[in-house]
Amino acid sequence: MSELASYNFAYLDEQTKRMIRRAILKGIAIPGYQVPFASREMPMPYGWGTGGVQVTASIIGPDDVLKVIDQGADDTTNAVSIRAFIKKVANVAVTTKTAEATIIQTRHRIPEAELQAGQTIVFQVPIPEPLRFLEPRETETRKMHALEEYGLMHVKLYEDIARHGRIATTYAYPVRVEGRYVMDPSPTPKFDNPKMHMSAALQLFGAGREKRIYAVPPYTKVVSLDFEDHPFEVQTFDKPCALCSAEQVYLDEVVLDDRGGRMFVCSDTDHCETRRAEGHRGEMAGEAA
Amino acid sequence: MATPLVVSDVAKSFTMHLRDGIRLPVVAGVSFELHAGECVVLGGPSGAGKSSILKMLYGNYSVDAGRILVEHDGETVDLATASPRTVLAVRRDTIGYVSQFLRTVPRVSALDVVAEPLVSRGEQREAARDRARRLLDRLNLPERLWSLPPTTFSGGEQQRVNIARGFITDHPVLLLDEPTASLDAANRAVVIGMIAEKKKNGVALLGIFHDADVRDEVADRVIDVTRFSAGRVAA
Amino acid sequence: MMIIDEPLLRASSVTKLYGSRVGCEDVSFELWPGEVLAVVGESGSGKTTLLNCLSTRLPPTAGSVSYRMRDGNFRDLYEMSEAERRFLMRTDWGFVHQNPADGLRMTVSAGANVGERLMAIGDRHYGKIRSTAIDWLTRVEIAQDRIDDQPRAFSGGMRQRLQIARNLVTGPRLVFMDEPTGGLDVSVQARLLDLLRGLVSDLGLAAIVVTHDLAVARLLSQRMMVMKDGRVIETGLTDRVLDDPREPYTQLLVSSILQV
Repeated sequence: MSELASYNFAYLDEQTKRMIRRAILKGIAIPGYQVPFASREMPMPYGWGTGGVQVTASIIGPDDVLKVIDQGADDTTNAVSIRAFIKKVANVAVTTKTAEATIIQTRHRIPEAELQAGQTIVFQVPIPEPLRFLEPRETETRKMHALEEYGLMHVKLYEDIARHGRIATTYAYPVRVEGRYVMDPSPTPKFDNPKMHMSAALQLFGAGREKRIYAVPPYTKVVSLDFEDHPFEVQTFDKPCALCSAEQVYLDEVVLDDRGGRMFVCSDTDHCETRRAEGHRGEMAGEAA
Repeated sequence: MATPLVVSDVAKSFTMHLRDGIRLPVVAGVSFELHAGECVVLGGPSGAGKSSILKMLYGNYSVDAGRILVEHDGETVDLATASPRTVLAVRRDTIGYVSQFLRTVPRVSALDVVAEPLVSRGEQREAARDRARRLLDRLNLPERLWSLPPTTFSGGEQQRVNIARGFITDHPVLLLDEPTASLDAANRAVVIGMIAEKKKNGVALLGIFHDADVRDEVADRVIDVTRFSAGRVAA
Repeated sequence: MMIIDEPLLRASSVTKLYGSRVGCEDVSFELWPGEVLAVVGESGSGKTTLLNCLSTRLPPTAGSVSYRMRDGNFRDLYEMSEAERRFLMRTDWGFVHQNPADGLRMTVSAGANVGERLMAIGDRHYGKIRSTAIDWLTRVEIAQDRIDDQPRAFSGGMRQRLQIARNLVTGPRLVFMDEPTGGLDVSVQARLLDLLRGLVSDLGLAAIVVTHDLAVARLLSQRMMVMKDGRVIETGLTDRVLDDPREPYTQLLVSSILQV
């Protein structure tokens, strides 16, 4: 308890939390629009989730239950560190179960379990501007968003098809929010894009280094960009999860030995554990222990 | 229209600003009429202003004073004061011009040069080219030259392209500036025949011919341009 | 007859001042559909300033520029919102820069360069966009197999032709050209000019061509304005102005052309 006394609740001072909440409200009012905010110095460097942490810290309350995942896993270093950090400065309950969380902070994945009304998912975003790699000038991209000039975005997709025969973007796949703003969904695999469409949960995005916050309110249309004759498709996998035999979930490749042995397992660790607890078994379930 | 062109008291001088503003009067008090179906020849020595008169009638030279009234599209237009757009319309539909020298455009074939006046009036390109072929054939321009740009043609060959281009439409007024200067006897005869046909079709022609034989063949009237010499009028 | 149709562009007393320096002053004219107007002058004459004021790239200090939209209504260009102006620039207008790199995306393929405006106005069929691009590349005499190459790999003449295709793909009614043949080799110029002539005539384009080269003016335009020190000092039919120049400066310009 003496450690808590040296920090304000959730680390940020109240004025900062108000400033960030104002930015969040603005983002919710204009779905997909990048709201600039005065990003604070956090006790982790840029590129380690400072944006996501600031958003979480601004909305979290004493009764919230927090889940933190990194590439779908609760037990990777970053997820563990961030979860520990927030527990230390806010003393909130934490969980690995998606269904029990009120706030889910994530790096690069959306959980397989469908999110419910009342849940909030906070994305960590490196580069918020979807047009950045085509148009390096911030002055130009702001105008393009303001004037809804998105031809350039399709130029990128066109180039993909011309070069590779299909749209080659597999993550951070640009989407159009509520028919207006083009948004970068953060580097989640395009597999997760459909989950963003008409979700019951509130989706918030924080980019600490780039100092932008954006949001997708519940039940908002989120459509992946494509061509009529090259429609958007999600990745498919040949086999189900090796541990829990889940199908139509995103799988990670795990190298088992140096003879080429590998297995494909659920990237969402909570999903996999839950299914195994229910009795589902995959072909490698015996070995994984 | 019986009198498609009436020239009334036209005057022109050149002011050479690069030579301290010397003023060179060319013509003054130019007045005459052109009637449908006749060929009028402008006569007089070199430098008397014949070419300048033709060019004023085409809008190529500006006019200092006077009026040039032409019947265009059912109305009377004064070319001396008409807007550029009007002059272009008059050239497209009413007054044709066979110039002395062919100004060539890179890459455009002789056939298309000749067909152009019809195409610019909205005619189908192939139909226009057919007419162009017939004219060039009549003028004895070798067929192998038809698809080539006239840039490398001889003087006589270029002249024939010019003539075909001027004669291909059915403009009621036709201005001819030395149309036979570089032609041999056979082709001169062809041109004489073409002029006669135009006259029969009611076209009013105004031309400059240095060649006395041709002039005698085609002219219904000769207007001596020295009458309009600016110096003479002043005196 | 005369002309029953209305002008496409109307400039009234267009003036651009930089403090006390005159960019252009009191320029008025009308441009009709399908008409090519050359604006001729030497460096510092104000012709490029005028072009920029007319094409909404540079707001004038005084005067107005009105354009007849596709619905027939005249709109004052500087009373439109920027969104409307930019939309006009992408659909109904073209702007051919002297340096093609200024009018192209150099790091994107030729096909994408031509197709971008189509995508910008909402075309979403890859196959159709690509076939339109191929069609246009052929019209500007670029080999079809270059469609996926970037303009960085093109010669100056090819880049310029690509820029033209990029501008014409949306069927604009008015094209602004700033020294379209500047900096190109003579033989390349001839080819480009002929291409422009043909396209302008086939597509019924209106164009305003800024050039210091009188031969380009003679070849491309029906009407001409001569500018000096920001003012229009002579205007009229191109062949009339070149064959019978009246103003001292025009006479100087015309007499200065070297004969080959």
